[in-house]
Amino acid sequence: MIVIIDYGVGNVKSVTNAVRHIGCDVDVSCEPEDVENADGVILPGVGACGYAMKVLGPLADVIRKVAINGKPLLGICLGFQLLFDESYEHGVHQCLGLIAGRVIPIPPGLSIPHMGWNLVKLPENVKLFEGLGSEKHFAFAHSYYADITDSQAAVAYTNYGIDIAAAVQKKNIFGCQFHPEKSAGEGLKILRNFECICKETSD
Amino acid sequence: MLTKRVIPCLDVKDNRVVKGVNFLNLRDAGDPVELGTRYSDEGADELVFLDITATIRSNKTIVELVEKVAENVFIPFTVGGGITKADEIGLLLRSGADKCSINTAAVRNPDLLAEAAQRFGNQCVVLAIDAKSTKPKKNKWHVTIKAGSEPTDIDVIEWAVKAQQLGAGEILLTSMDADGTKAGYDIELTAAVADAVDIPVIASGGAGTLESLAEVLKRGKADAVLAASIFHYEQYSIRQVKEYLAERQIPVRLGKN
Repeated sequence: MIVIIDYGVGNVKSVTNAVRHIGCDVDVSCEPEDVENADGVILPGVGACGYAMKVLGPLADVIRKVAINGKPLLGICLGFQLLFDESYEHGVHQCLGLIAGRVIPIPPGLSIPHMGWNLVKLPENVKLFEGLGSEKHFAFAHSYYADITDSQAAVAYTNYGIDIAAAVQKKNIFGCQFHPEKSAGEGLKILRNFECICKETSD
Repeated sequence: MLTKRVIPCLDVKDNRVVKGVNFLNLRDAGDPVELGTRYSDEGADELVFLDITATIRSNKTIVELVEKVAENVFIPFTVGGGITKADEIGLLLRSGADKCSINTAAVRNPDLLAEAAQRFGNQCVVLAIDAKSTKPKKNKWHVTIKAGSEPTDIDVIEWAVKAQQLGAGEILLTSMDADGTKAGYDIELTAAVADAVDIPVIASGGAGTLESLAEVLKRGKADAVLAASIFHYEQYSIRQVKEYLAERQIPVRLGKN
């Protein structure tokens, strides 16, 4: 069972629709017990980091704990940004601190938000990207990006004036700045890969 | 490189997709769930669903229809038509929309844009502008509301700039003069708005020939093109449009064959 964390921030329904579409057993919940018992956890979200951390409240510690203990975790968009140490969106906000890095504004010059499909270079040997080749387009919608400093993290990049972290893996912790649930067949493939990772981990 | 987006639009009335000319003379164009699924599968970059009777706030069946369409749409999905409150945006996002477009209510209450952006993030706040040329003045356009039926004296460019400041994350710009005519997008209007704002601009109204799509992306500086008739009536497939654009060095996501 994969648990999608519903903490009232954004497009939980879109993520749920996509995960159900691939035939995955899924529960939408904000109960600590469900998160603890899940085979894997998806942390979605759109909006601002500070507000999201506030709404997560004590659940943030539960997510941190299960991730550190090895449960597969996939952060999507804002959920991806929450994986890092801190965010500079409307002030400085502590995030989950699971991967070293900070979330900062995309420098001006191009249209902001970074909205639409951009080409992502996919690193080899990352299970989340298995079967997708070396590069694919994915759907983005964000104004801040993660500056990742964690030497243990594998990072997929896209270019938007500068190189922007599009996805990350550190051990059992995964994140996508883009929306796999909204990236057509390629995105659904990523969700399928995550389901496989969860199954393998729970076996 | 960020690609230019090709976006089919479902104008919905009484649970059916319809399409008119200059917002009038509507004719049936199909089932929204079927069309939505088809476009998502065929490589559209986003899908827009507009309730042209503007009854989202009072009509449960529309929200249920949004839910049904969303179940099979795995590309960004924008919903609009009669939204007046931030709570309604919350409801639509929970129903499977990824973005909401606001038109008349934003003109009457611009703070709605700010409130929506604060609550849901500006990436899901789309300001829809129905623009009409202010004749006889050249290159001047005014905002119309209530599905184009009510002109205002608001200047389109000024409104676009203000909306960006308030928190709109994108502008869906429809030329009332061109809509449904297949005579080509209003290039001057689109370029004028795109030059004035930093947020993405979706050009809408007038898609006809493949050339007109390429033109508005190049000379019109649009980030995306929205079209209805040419896709609903299968004049062109999404694939054909994208191949044409790619041949003209416009970056697009071709996706699967």
